[in-house]
Amino acid sequence: MSVSAETAIRNLKMMLTIRRAEEKVISFATEHTGLIRGHYHVYIGQEASGVAACNALGPKDYVFTTHRNHGHVIARGGELGRVLAEIIGRSDGYNGGRGGTFHVIAPHLGILQTSGVVGGCMPLAAGAAFSIKTRKTDQVSLVFFGDGSMEEGAFYESINMAALWKLPVVFVCENNGAPLASRKGGEIPSNSLNAKRLIDIPMALGIPSVIVDGADMEACDALMKDVVAGVRSGGGPAFVESRITRWPGNAAAFPVLHGGAWRIDWAFDPGNAPAPLQDWLSHSDPLALYMRDCVARGVVTRADLDRMDAAVVAQVNEAAAFAVASPPRKAESALEHVFA
Amino acid sequence: MKEMIYADALALAICEALETDPAVTLINASYGGLTPQRACYNVIRERFADRIVDSPIAELGFCGIAVGAAMTGLRPIVGISTGAFSFEAWPQIINEAAVACYGSAGQVTAPVVFHMLTGIRGAGAVQHSHATQAMFCNAPGLQVVMPSSPADARGLMLTCALHSRNPTVFIDHQRLQATTGMVEEKITPIPLGVAEVKRVGNDVTLVAVGIMVPRALEAAEILAREGISVEVVDPRTLVPLDKKTILASVAKTGRAVVADESQLTCGVAAELAAVIAEEGFHSLKAPIRRVGIPNVPVPCHQDEEEFITPSTDKLVDAVRAVCGRTVN
Repeated sequence: MSVSAETAIRNLKMMLTIRRAEEKVISFATEHTGLIRGHYHVYIGQEASGVAACNALGPKDYVFTTHRNHGHVIARGGELGRVLAEIIGRSDGYNGGRGGTFHVIAPHLGILQTSGVVGGCMPLAAGAAFSIKTRKTDQVSLVFFGDGSMEEGAFYESINMAALWKLPVVFVCENNGAPLASRKGGEIPSNSLNAKRLIDIPMALGIPSVIVDGADMEACDALMKDVVAGVRSGGGPAFVESRITRWPGNAAAFPVLHGGAWRIDWAFDPGNAPAPLQDWLSHSDPLALYMRDCVARGVVTRADLDRMDAAVVAQVNEAAAFAVASPPRKAESALEHVFA
Repeated sequence: MKEMIYADALALAICEALETDPAVTLINASYGGLTPQRACYNVIRERFADRIVDSPIAELGFCGIAVGAAMTGLRPIVGISTGAFSFEAWPQIINEAAVACYGSAGQVTAPVVFHMLTGIRGAGAVQHSHATQAMFCNAPGLQVVMPSSPADARGLMLTCALHSRNPTVFIDHQRLQATTGMVEEKITPIPLGVAEVKRVGNDVTLVAVGIMVPRALEAAEILAREGISVEVVDPRTLVPLDKKTILASVAKTGRAVVADESQLTCGVAAELAAVIAEEGFHSLKAPIRRVGIPNVPVPCHQDEEEFITPSTDKLVDAVRAVCGRTVN
């Protein structure tokens, strides 16, 4: 199964945009003292499920996400300049610089909260779905979270009520601790959750639940479209576990770009990449896999990809310049917006 | 005007809110908890069963669902029942509802009402008698409402349920449910942040909230017979707080007693005393006195429970003390 060339190119470009934007975020933190003060989380290596989920949504749908939200906001159509400005606390950011990296919120994109609290958004997303059902609109609510969120009571309470009340909510678990061997299915032993498969938990409450290979862009795309359509048609909640093998740069407390910015030639010749990345590039990097697949299918050429990359990098650089030039938030504005 | 009991007035307000705005939705309708007045709220279910959703025992989940629903166009009133159950929902009330507006720099609002029955209720024991008001006052972004009369309960509920854009913690004292008072015939919302002088006096300002208001009025009656004229000021809402009315009263009387049925340390009385000390110090002829619960949990045993309850007698003693009278 494969999507149209146009869709494939759009997917490639969005994944690449997220990757280049996240590299810019890392450079803000590591090369520009003071632009990012605290810790932060990037979405490198997880692009496929976020892009696929956002592809499946309509403009009026709601999206809730986490501390690892940058990729979701960009996939949802967030303007790069405003996303980067928010991350570094500038007044042109989506929240005027109030939220920072953990809380990029963009209500006009349906992104109403990006909670830095593990599990924090799951009840909110179920609540938005409750509102949809009460108001009788045809929207859906979708929430991204990591596997760690499933250890929280908020998860259990949310899926239970979502199932009981048949709420139109899609729970998207991005399990970024999946070993390559089990990415397409099977059991993943965990030392923090005593379930053989994460989907066994929502399935026990009668929620249709599926596992998808989070490195396979088109598998994610096809699945998310089906799942969102099912939820939108009134079938009640659904659960997706996107199994993702962790980007090696994510292994440390702060992200590390092994060998600098990601390179397209690494995707086609992983043996030339820095050692820590080789295995990941060969088997688990959704962007490398999709580029190789699209070239093999004749959807794009290597030269097309290089041109695409140059355009994306220019766009990200322009957005970064916009963000850095944006005035910082004023100190005295700390007293504003406690109440509406 | 007609006389009503508190529970009937609050049930009336909830019905009026449901009737006025289709976005008002009830998550649980247990506003009377286990009080003898709980049946007063049956009218809500009789008239609006289709607007009520009864939740599993999952405070964290259903409070969060209410917040998410409030962010997306509904105006939920959540029945948490006993106030201490709000502790199960702390992350969603304190760390989601309260910060939604601030974190989004004003773009996202969550007009939800969290209703809870609080306070020393008689054998509630250590886990069902909490005063939650001071805790919520410490979470910026939450409106904290504490009515003391049937009219205030109705008027404040109407404002929060129909007009407010912010999340509200609606603190109802268990022992107010049976109290009576006059209520307007027509729908009369009461604005937040407007205190009411419940009794005019000249010698001492007694600032009392919630259940302490009827006790303060009773104390004022006793003290009047001793020649002490007490002014009873009820802030009605703790956030926002009407400092102006409190300070104007203290400026007139020169003496202040503050009373709240919660533990004294960092309690509501402490905050009210600090406001008076900081902004009204030059009016004071005597040190401020606080009346509250000593820093212990609430015991079950009746004698122990009464021993720690900030009663009318304790208010009378505190007022006498600030007036330089002998304390019994």
